[in-house]
Amino acid sequence: MNTLLFYDFSGLALLAIGLHGLIRSSHPLRKILAANLMTSGVFLIMISGARGTGQTMIDPVPHAMVLTGIVVSVSTTAVALVLVCLVQETTNRALLWQKRKREKWGRTDG
Amino acid sequence: MMDAMGIFDMVLALALPWLGWRLLASPDLFRAMVLFISLGLLMALTWVRLQAPDVALAEAAIGAGLTGALFLSALRRLERLSEAERRLAFAGKREEEDEIPPERHRRAKPVAYGLALLLLAVFVLLLAWSLAQTPAGGGLGPAVGEQLGQSGVRSEVTAVLLNFRGYDTLLEVMVLFLAALGVWSLTRVRLPLQDEEPGPVLATLVRLLAPLMIMVAGYLVWIGGSRAGGAFQGGAVLAAAGVLLLLANVTVVRQIPAALLRWGLALGPLLFLLTAVVCVAAGGNLLEYPPQRAGAWILLIESASAVSIGVTLAALYAGGRPPEPPAQDRGGEQGPGRDADADAGGRQ
Repeated sequence: MNTLLFYDFSGLALLAIGLHGLIRSSHPLRKILAANLMTSGVFLIMISGARGTGQTMIDPVPHAMVLTGIVVSVSTTAVALVLVCLVQETTNRALLWQKRKREKWGRTDG
Repeated sequence: MMDAMGIFDMVLALALPWLGWRLLASPDLFRAMVLFISLGLLMALTWVRLQAPDVALAEAAIGAGLTGALFLSALRRLERLSEAERRLAFAGKREEEDEIPPERHRRAKPVAYGLALLLLAVFVLLLAWSLAQTPAGGGLGPAVGEQLGQSGVRSEVTAVLLNFRGYDTLLEVMVLFLAALGVWSLTRVRLPLQDEEPGPVLATLVRLLAPLMIMVAGYLVWIGGSRAGGAFQGGAVLAAAGVLLLLANVTVVRQIPAALLRWGLALGPLLFLLTAVVCVAAGGNLLEYPPQRAGAWILLIESASAVSIGVTLAALYAGGRPPEPPAQDRGGEQGPGRDADADAGGRQ
């Protein structure tokens, strides 16, 4: 009973941290990581709610939804990552920000 | 006993946000991704604690495994590009401030945080409201249990996924298909994925593991009818085998004809859609299988979907459409020739 609430709050915290990261971080890879954290938080809340309140029966519908959600989130992540790579390729501007390494512009043709 | 589990729950529930915080705060992206993978594994453990073994399997395979691999390969690709670019820029010598101007940053922050706080507050309220509204009966669990007999499978989650709420899964398979289409239309993959030759250890390991993984995938699809498992978990394991084969640069994988890959991508969605159409044409609702044959239909759809999910996820990892076969039709048509030239230009 009590332990159930831990996971609810944990999911909420993950959601908040993910949202924070999504706004705060500037690097696109980090933003995608943060969005993934947010999905994990939502899943956690859903599954935690599915365990029911003291009843023996677990609710399989949220489980199925979360399964669907995991697959959807991996597809969106994959597309987002390819887009990030393409942004760097087409703008020719390094997105990876190395410490004390000022950015340089390259010419498009090799 | 109960207390021990309670403490375990508490530690686990605390560890998840802590790891999330650490991974976003870490200045090193590689480290952040490793932390992300470990967070995924902890999530899988959490699903087991919350009595969701299906979700745990999917999380371990997809959430931690494949997503982590996707992130790492994207990071590598970005690094490689930046390095090549730095070499190229050696002549250019133009420097650029790449930080966001601080004053703009400062102005944007409060607004964004205000919105985020508002969103979060609304979410918490909604959550509290829906918890208050939940009837004491425990959701849809009893309803699913009642109808399980005519679903054709014995696993509740599989019954919900492929029978009671089959349209969800249909749409989800379509989302995966769309993602693959999107990635394929954006870029072309460059094989081999690694610059260096795979070491003998990796090559041998892959030879031993790949057949085993394919077998496990088949088992997961089959067992999905009665226990934890199913098309997604099986497909994910299949995809992992594909990723390993791609990493080891096995010749067989490079020689798969593109047409076969396309059919592999389309097989699951196509069969699923066909089933839906047949069900409607036979006078039922969308995806309302005849009760006696439901088990067979579900197994058929699951097998086809598992193959497609495996191919799709592996293709997403490869990150692009298959490379053009060595020039034969280049002179013939305008389209592919131009495309290949543009790609060759981008590659250098």
